[in-house]
Amino acid sequence: MNEQFAPSERRQEMATRQSNQFYFTPLVDVQSTPENIVLRAEMAGVDKTGLEITVEDGNLVLVGRRSPLNVSGDPIYAERSAVDYRRVYELDPSIDTDKITARIEDGILTVTLPKAERVKPRKIALE
Amino acid sequence: METNRYQPHQQSELSAAFDRFVTLREEMDRLLGSAFGSIGRPAGSFKSWSPPLDVYEDKDNFTVVVDLPGLKREKIDVSLREQNLTVSGERTPEENPGEQGFRAERFYGSFQRTVKLPAQVDPSTVKASYQDGILKVVLPKAEAAKPKQIAVSVN
Repeated sequence: MNEQFAPSERRQEMATRQSNQFYFTPLVDVQSTPENIVLRAEMAGVDKTGLEITVEDGNLVLVGRRSPLNVSGDPIYAERSAVDYRRVYELDPSIDTDKITARIEDGILTVTLPKAERVKPRKIALE
Repeated sequence: METNRYQPHQQSELSAAFDRFVTLREEMDRLLGSAFGSIGRPAGSFKSWSPPLDVYEDKDNFTVVVDLPGLKREKIDVSLREQNLTVSGERTPEENPGEQGFRAERFYGSFQRTVKLPAQVDPSTVKASYQDGILKVVLPKAEAAKPKQIAVSVN
Protein backbone atom coordinates (compact mmCIF):
# COMPACT_ATOMS: atom_id res chain seq x y z
CA MET A 1 0.00 0.00 0.00
CA ASN A 2 1.32 3.39 -0.88
CA GLU A 3 1.72 5.95 1.80
CA GLN A 4 0.41 9.36 0.96
CA PHE A 5 3.22 11.89 1.15
CA ALA A 6 1.38 14.58 2.99
CA PRO A 7 3.33 17.82 2.62
CA SER A 8 4.26 17.85 -1.03
CA GLU A 9 6.80 20.18 -2.47
CA ARG A 10 5.78 23.50 -3.93
CA ARG A 11 9.05 25.29 -4.45
CA GLN A 12 12.52 23.89 -4.34
CA GLU A 13 14.65 26.85 -5.34
CA MET A 14 17.29 28.21 -2.98
CA ALA A 15 15.55 31.55 -2.91
CA THR A 16 12.10 32.71 -3.90
CA ARG A 17 10.59 36.07 -4.67
CA GLN A 18 7.24 37.03 -3.25
CA SER A 19 5.77 40.45 -4.10
CA ASN A 20 9.13 42.17 -4.45
CA GLN A 21 10.64 40.57 -1.38
CA PHE A 22 13.30 37.89 -1.58
CA TYR A 23 13.24 34.90 0.69
CA PHE A 24 15.74 32.22 1.48
CA THR A 25 14.41 28.66 1.24
CA PRO A 26 15.28 26.84 4.46
CA LEU A 27 16.48 23.24 4.47
CA VAL A 28 13.75 20.98 5.82
CA ASP A 29 13.61 17.36 6.99
CA VAL A 30 10.19 15.72 6.83
CA GLN A 31 9.40 12.73 8.99
CA SER A 32 6.36 10.68 9.71
CA THR A 33 5.08 8.92 12.79
CA PRO A 34 1.83 6.98 13.08
CA GLU A 35 0.26 10.12 14.64
CA ASN A 36 2.02 13.04 12.97
CA ILE A 37 4.01 14.46 10.11
CA VAL A 38 6.96 16.40 11.55
CA LEU A 39 8.79 19.16 9.66
CA ARG A 40 12.11 20.47 10.92
CA ALA A 41 13.33 23.63 9.20
CA GLU A 42 16.68 25.33 9.68
CA MET A 43 16.04 28.98 10.48
CA ALA A 44 19.17 30.37 12.12
CA GLY A 45 18.60 33.77 13.70
CA VAL A 46 14.84 33.44 14.02
CA ASP A 47 13.17 33.49 17.42
CA LYS A 48 9.55 32.97 18.43
CA THR A 49 8.57 36.55 17.62
CA GLY A 50 9.85 36.27 14.05
CA LEU A 51 7.70 33.28 13.10
CA GLU A 52 4.60 33.48 10.93
CA ILE A 53 2.96 30.16 10.27
CA THR A 54 -0.29 30.22 8.34
CA VAL A 55 -2.61 27.74 6.68
CA GLU A 56 -4.36 29.16 3.65
CA ASP A 57 -6.02 27.47 0.67
CA GLY A 58 -4.71 24.12 1.83
CA ASN A 59 -1.14 25.39 1.94
CA LEU A 60 1.11 25.58 4.95
CA VAL A 61 3.20 28.75 4.74
CA LEU A 62 6.27 29.00 6.94
CA VAL A 63 7.89 32.42 7.25
CA GLY A 64 10.80 33.18 9.59
CA ARG A 65 12.03 36.73 10.06
CA ARG A 66 15.55 37.10 11.40
CA SER A 67 16.20 39.05 14.58
CA PRO A 68 18.77 41.86 14.23
CA LEU A 69 22.29 40.49 14.52
CA ASN A 70 23.66 43.20 16.88
CA VAL A 71 27.18 43.15 15.54
CA SER A 72 29.27 46.30 15.50
CA GLY A 73 31.51 47.22 12.60
CA ASP A 74 31.48 46.39 8.92
CA PRO A 75 31.58 43.00 7.25
CA ILE A 76 35.03 42.15 5.90
CA TYR A 77 34.02 38.66 4.80
CA ALA A 78 30.47 37.42 4.22
CA GLU A 79 28.91 34.09 3.30
CA ARG A 80 25.71 34.21 5.34
CA SER A 81 22.42 35.36 3.94
CA ALA A 82 20.53 38.12 5.71
CA VAL A 83 17.14 37.67 4.08
CA ASP A 84 14.16 36.09 5.79
CA TYR A 85 13.06 32.50 5.29
CA ARG A 86 9.93 31.29 3.52
CA ARG A 87 8.69 27.92 2.39
CA VAL A 88 5.29 26.66 1.29
CA TYR A 89 3.95 23.12 1.56
CA GLU A 90 0.74 21.77 0.14
CA LEU A 91 -1.16 20.05 2.93
CA ASP A 92 -2.63 16.63 2.47
CA PRO A 93 -6.37 16.58 3.27
CA SER A 94 -5.69 14.01 5.99
CA ILE A 95 -3.89 16.64 8.13
CA ASP A 96 -5.94 17.99 11.01
CA THR A 97 -5.14 21.67 10.45
CA ASP A 98 -6.74 22.81 13.72
CA LYS A 99 -4.19 20.90 15.73
CA ILE A 100 -0.95 21.98 14.03
CA THR A 101 1.66 22.99 16.58
CA ALA A 102 5.07 24.63 16.18
CA ARG A 103 8.05 25.59 18.27
CA ILE A 104 11.49 27.00 17.56
CA GLU A 105 14.65 26.17 19.45
CA ASP A 106 18.27 26.92 18.56
CA GLY A 107 17.24 27.98 15.07
CA ILE A 108 15.30 24.81 14.29
CA LEU A 109 11.59 25.24 13.64
CA THR A 110 9.64 22.08 14.42
CA VAL A 111 6.11 21.89 13.01
CA THR A 112 3.94 18.97 14.05
CA LEU A 113 1.06 18.18 11.70
CA PRO A 114 -1.34 15.69 13.31
CA LYS A 115 -2.97 13.13 11.08
CA ALA A 116 -6.76 13.02 11.32
CA GLU A 117 -8.22 10.19 13.38
CA ARG A 118 -9.69 8.48 10.34
CA VAL A 119 -6.29 7.93 8.68
CA LYS A 120 -4.40 6.76 11.77
CA PRO A 121 -3.53 3.09 11.86
CA ARG A 122 -5.82 1.16 14.17
CA LYS A 123 -6.44 -2.35 15.23
CA ILE A 124 -9.65 -3.99 14.12
CA ALA A 125 -11.10 -6.19 16.82
CA LEU A 126 -12.20 -9.61 15.70
CA GLU A 127 -15.73 -10.54 16.55
CA MET B 1 42.29 37.30 4.80
CA GLU B 2 42.07 33.61 4.08
CA THR B 3 39.36 31.18 4.92
CA ASN B 4 39.91 27.56 5.02
CA ARG B 5 37.19 25.07 4.24
CA TYR B 6 39.19 21.91 4.44
CA GLN B 7 37.42 18.94 5.87
CA PRO B 8 39.69 16.43 7.55
CA HIS B 9 36.98 13.92 8.31
CA GLN B 10 36.71 10.40 7.10
CA GLN B 11 34.71 10.09 3.92
CA SER B 12 32.02 7.45 3.85
CA GLU B 13 31.75 5.00 0.97
CA LEU B 14 28.36 6.35 0.02
CA SER B 15 29.54 9.97 -0.13
CA ALA B 16 32.59 8.84 -2.13
CA ALA B 17 30.22 7.17 -4.58
CA PHE B 18 28.15 10.36 -4.88
CA ASP B 19 31.32 12.35 -5.43
CA ARG B 20 32.44 9.99 -8.18
CA PHE B 21 29.06 10.44 -9.78
CA VAL B 22 29.32 14.23 -9.56
CA THR B 23 32.82 14.17 -11.03
CA LEU B 24 31.52 11.98 -13.86
CA ARG B 25 28.66 14.37 -14.44
CA GLU B 26 31.07 17.32 -14.55
CA GLU B 27 33.18 15.47 -17.08
CA MET B 28 30.07 14.78 -19.17
CA ASP B 29 29.04 18.43 -18.92
CA ARG B 30 32.46 19.45 -20.13
CA LEU B 31 32.32 17.04 -23.08
CA LEU B 32 28.82 18.12 -24.02
CA GLY B 33 29.63 21.79 -23.64
CA SER B 34 27.56 22.01 -20.50
CA ALA B 35 24.37 21.40 -22.42
CA PHE B 36 22.32 20.89 -19.28
CA GLY B 37 23.60 23.83 -17.30
CA SER B 38 24.74 23.45 -13.75
CA ILE B 39 22.42 21.20 -11.86
CA GLY B 40 23.08 19.55 -8.55
CA ARG B 41 25.97 20.06 -6.21
CA PRO B 42 29.70 20.46 -6.75
CA ALA B 43 31.98 17.48 -6.08
CA GLY B 44 33.01 17.17 -2.46
CA SER B 45 29.77 18.54 -1.08
CA PHE B 46 28.42 15.17 -0.05
CA LYS B 47 31.02 14.28 2.53
CA SER B 48 30.32 16.88 5.16
CA TRP B 49 28.77 20.26 5.69
CA SER B 50 30.29 23.65 5.97
CA PRO B 51 28.27 26.28 7.81
CA PRO B 52 28.29 29.83 6.38
CA LEU B 53 30.43 32.36 8.22
CA ASP B 54 30.77 36.16 8.35
CA VAL B 55 33.56 38.29 9.80
CA TYR B 56 32.93 41.85 10.99
CA GLU B 57 35.51 44.39 12.05
CA ASP B 58 35.28 47.59 14.04
CA LYS B 59 37.90 49.72 15.78
CA ASP B 60 38.39 47.35 18.72
CA ASN B 61 37.03 43.94 17.77
CA PHE B 62 36.59 41.28 15.17
CA THR B 63 33.28 39.47 15.32
CA VAL B 64 32.87 36.07 13.68
CA VAL B 65 29.28 34.94 13.06
CA VAL B 66 28.44 31.35 12.08
CA ASP B 67 24.99 29.92 11.27
CA LEU B 68 24.76 26.71 13.29
CA PRO B 69 21.08 25.88 13.66
CA GLY B 70 20.23 22.81 15.70
CA LEU B 71 23.51 22.28 17.51
CA LYS B 72 23.80 21.45 21.17
CA ARG B 73 25.83 24.12 22.95
CA GLU B 74 28.24 21.53 24.32
CA LYS B 75 28.86 20.13 20.83
CA ILE B 76 30.37 23.42 19.59
CA ASP B 77 34.11 23.88 19.95
CA VAL B 78 35.79 27.26 19.49
CA SER B 79 39.58 27.52 19.58
CA LEU B 80 42.12 30.18 18.76
CA ARG B 81 45.69 29.59 17.68
CA GLU B 82 47.45 32.87 17.08
CA GLN B 83 45.32 34.55 14.40
CA ASN B 84 43.49 31.40 13.40
CA LEU B 85 40.03 30.91 14.82
CA THR B 86 38.63 27.42 14.42
CA VAL B 87 35.00 26.52 14.98
CA SER B 88 34.17 22.83 14.92
CA GLY B 89 31.47 20.54 16.17
CA GLU B 90 28.98 17.89 15.36
CA ARG B 91 25.28 17.97 14.60
CA THR B 92 23.17 14.96 15.46
CA PRO B 93 19.64 14.37 14.15
CA GLU B 94 16.77 15.15 16.54
CA GLU B 95 15.39 11.68 16.14
CA ASN B 96 12.33 10.43 17.89
CA PRO B 97 11.45 6.77 18.00
CA GLY B 98 8.90 5.69 15.46
CA GLU B 99 9.73 8.39 12.95
CA GLN B 100 10.30 7.51 9.35
CA GLY B 101 11.96 10.05 7.16
CA PHE B 102 10.65 10.74 3.74
CA ARG B 103 12.52 13.82 2.79
CA ALA B 104 15.91 14.75 4.22
CA GLU B 105 17.67 17.91 3.08
CA ARG B 106 19.58 18.89 6.20
CA PHE B 107 23.20 17.99 6.90
CA TYR B 108 24.39 16.10 9.94
CA GLY B 109 27.78 15.12 11.27
CA SER B 110 31.02 16.94 11.89
CA PHE B 111 32.11 20.26 10.49
CA GLN B 112 35.14 22.47 10.85
CA ARG B 113 35.76 26.02 9.74
CA THR B 114 38.98 27.96 10.21
CA VAL B 115 39.35 31.65 9.56
CA LYS B 116 42.58 33.63 9.70
CA LEU B 117 41.95 37.03 11.21
CA PRO B 118 43.77 39.94 9.58
CA ALA B 119 45.38 41.14 12.84
CA GLN B 120 46.51 39.89 16.25
CA VAL B 121 43.81 39.41 18.86
CA ASP B 122 43.94 39.22 22.63
CA PRO B 123 43.23 35.54 23.39
CA SER B 124 42.35 36.15 27.06
CA THR B 125 39.28 38.29 26.31
CA VAL B 126 37.61 36.31 23.51
CA LYS B 127 33.89 35.79 24.13
CA ALA B 128 31.57 33.34 22.40
CA SER B 129 27.79 33.18 22.58
CA TYR B 130 25.18 30.94 20.95
CA GLN B 131 21.60 32.07 20.46
CA ASP B 132 18.82 31.09 18.05
CA GLY B 133 21.22 28.84 16.17
CA ILE B 134 23.84 31.54 15.60
CA LEU B 135 27.33 31.40 17.07
CA LYS B 136 28.92 34.77 17.66
CA VAL B 137 32.58 35.09 18.67
CA VAL B 138 33.88 38.52 19.67
CA LEU B 139 37.67 38.78 19.50
CA PRO B 140 39.16 42.02 20.86
CA LYS B 141 42.17 43.21 18.90
CA ALA B 142 45.54 43.13 20.61
CA GLU B 143 46.73 46.59 21.66
CA ALA B 144 49.46 46.50 19.03
CA ALA B 145 46.90 45.91 16.27
CA LYS B 146 44.55 48.76 17.15
CA PRO B 147 44.60 51.89 15.05
CA LYS B 148 46.36 54.75 16.79
CA GLN B 149 45.81 58.41 16.55
CA ILE B 150 49.08 60.14 15.86
CA ALA B 151 49.16 63.82 16.48
CA VAL B 152 50.90 65.60 13.69
CA SER B 153 52.21 69.00 14.49
CA VAL B 154 52.47 71.31 11.55
CA ASN B 155 55.17 73.88 11.80
